[in-house]
Amino acid sequence: MKTVRIANGQGFWGDSVDAPLHLIAGGPLDYLGMDYLAEVTLSIMMRQKLKNPAAGYATDFIDFIRRALPQLVAKNIRVVTNAGGLNPKACREKIFEVARALGVSGFKVGVVEGDDLLTRLPDLLARGHQLKNMDSGLPLAPLLSHVTSANAYIGAQPVAEALAGGALIVLCGRVTDTALALGPLVHEFGWAADDWDRLASGTICGHILECGAQATGGNFTRWWEVPELWKVGYPIAEVEASGSFVVTKHPGTGGLVTVDTVSEQLVYEMGDPKIYITPDVTADFTSIRLAQDGADRVRVSGIAGGPRTPFLKISASYLDGYKAAGQVTVSGPRALEKARLAADLVWKRLERAGVVFAPEDCATEFLGVSGVLPGILPAPVDPPEVVLRLAVRDADRAKVDRFGKEIAPLVTAGPPGVTGFAGGRPKAQEVVAYWPALLAREEIERTIEVSVEAIE
Amino acid sequence: MIATMRVPLARLAHARSGDKGDASNVGLVAYSAELYEVIAREVTAERVRRHFSVICRGEVERFEVPNLLALNFLLHDALGGGGTASLLTDAQGKTHGQGLLEMQIEVPEGLF
Repeated sequence: MKTVRIANGQGFWGDSVDAPLHLIAGGPLDYLGMDYLAEVTLSIMMRQKLKNPAAGYATDFIDFIRRALPQLVAKNIRVVTNAGGLNPKACREKIFEVARALGVSGFKVGVVEGDDLLTRLPDLLARGHQLKNMDSGLPLAPLLSHVTSANAYIGAQPVAEALAGGALIVLCGRVTDTALALGPLVHEFGWAADDWDRLASGTICGHILECGAQATGGNFTRWWEVPELWKVGYPIAEVEASGSFVVTKHPGTGGLVTVDTVSEQLVYEMGDPKIYITPDVTADFTSIRLAQDGADRVRVSGIAGGPRTPFLKISASYLDGYKAAGQVTVSGPRALEKARLAADLVWKRLERAGVVFAPEDCATEFLGVSGVLPGILPAPVDPPEVVLRLAVRDADRAKVDRFGKEIAPLVTAGPPGVTGFAGGRPKAQEVVAYWPALLAREEIERTIEVSVEAIE
Repeated sequence: MIATMRVPLARLAHARSGDKGDASNVGLVAYSAELYEVIAREVTAERVRRHFSVICRGEVERFEVPNLLALNFLLHDALGGGGTASLLTDAQGKTHGQGLLEMQIEVPEGLF
């Protein structure tokens, strides 16, 4: 029986740079998914691309290719990634450049384009697509001049098409995280575009894999039971044509694959379990069956799905003012009282300088005394030390920068025992806010382009 | 009268949390079918809203996932604006699963 082995070696941009290398070296693998895009990453890439037309993709992926390419070619491990960002063709050129430097040839790279809608927004709005915010219901048009990126989440079919064209590496932009797994499965098993149960199985497989080590013992409630987390094995799915699959990891790695670790990853950011909507299918998480299938092996089966929706999700980002955060550490005795005084000093000194923030635009946290879970755990009455963290946001950059200048004076003009003010004054950062919307899928599907090129 | 005792929810279930749009998504998984009955009865949306009353300014939605022995909660307006706009240390609700497990639950004595 044919089994396809798909791994995830990168759960987000910033994840372990060595994990994908260990996956390649640690045992057999057919596909490796690599996720680099968070909701606002594309906004950062847009700015890079405006400065340099050859930029706008995940440069960490190039570092990975430099280390892994000879092995990928030798073992025919195919990589599917969203690292292409806003410039997958430039990313492909860079990969070819790296390959030539390494003396590696005889492979193809596929590019999926059509998710980038930024230049199409005026036309879409003019033709009556309001792109209303899915949370607030507000229309996008008034914010158009502040929009820094707009991308559609596209699905698994273009990925499968690139693989059918012989690509060893498929570079996408804003493809769904789950499509990094579903694309290869559609290609390998030829699942029909309306085979909802199997498409849902591949989607849920992608959901389990997409956060890397979170399926194999990372971020697990009973962390003390996880062996050798320092060398945690990233997740691998062994998928059968029926859609049923086993979640596992390479032998000799650390971590844990049990019904409990997989269950936790299934409920992670799940939303409404009956309608998990992707461009390819609507998956039903209430149909999933889990069973332990030996050590570090969990069988996932029984998955049902329903038809895809007529819409694709759009993820736009826009500039929404500025923010800054700064912190100091306050020692005891009477650490909390001193930290409260220090916070008070900052806000009063700012007020005297004429810099006032709306209540919802400033935050005071006492970390170490229920700072991140206020109202849940009883705070110690007299903790030995406290981290005071202050943050503000405002449309006016000058106000936010002025706030940044009021932290350091606490060291000499505050209570005693204030330390840990390092790294200079907090500077105003642009707030890149996120705008989710829906758009009729035909608008996007007619402009999706897949191209596969071999290295010369 | 059945004698009861109070235990932390961590005795009955495990949890993981993250963000879903501007809401905090907290998934709760019971350790057995019997304990799923207990959490499904005790851990209502209203109790979760009260438990997170300082953190969650909006409504709490609850979804049942009995095949996974799980409940999924969406805590609306609990992330200080969410994503990059939030000023909070935990702008993505990563700690909320751990926080939920601190809830005190009334269970029959001898349940374990």
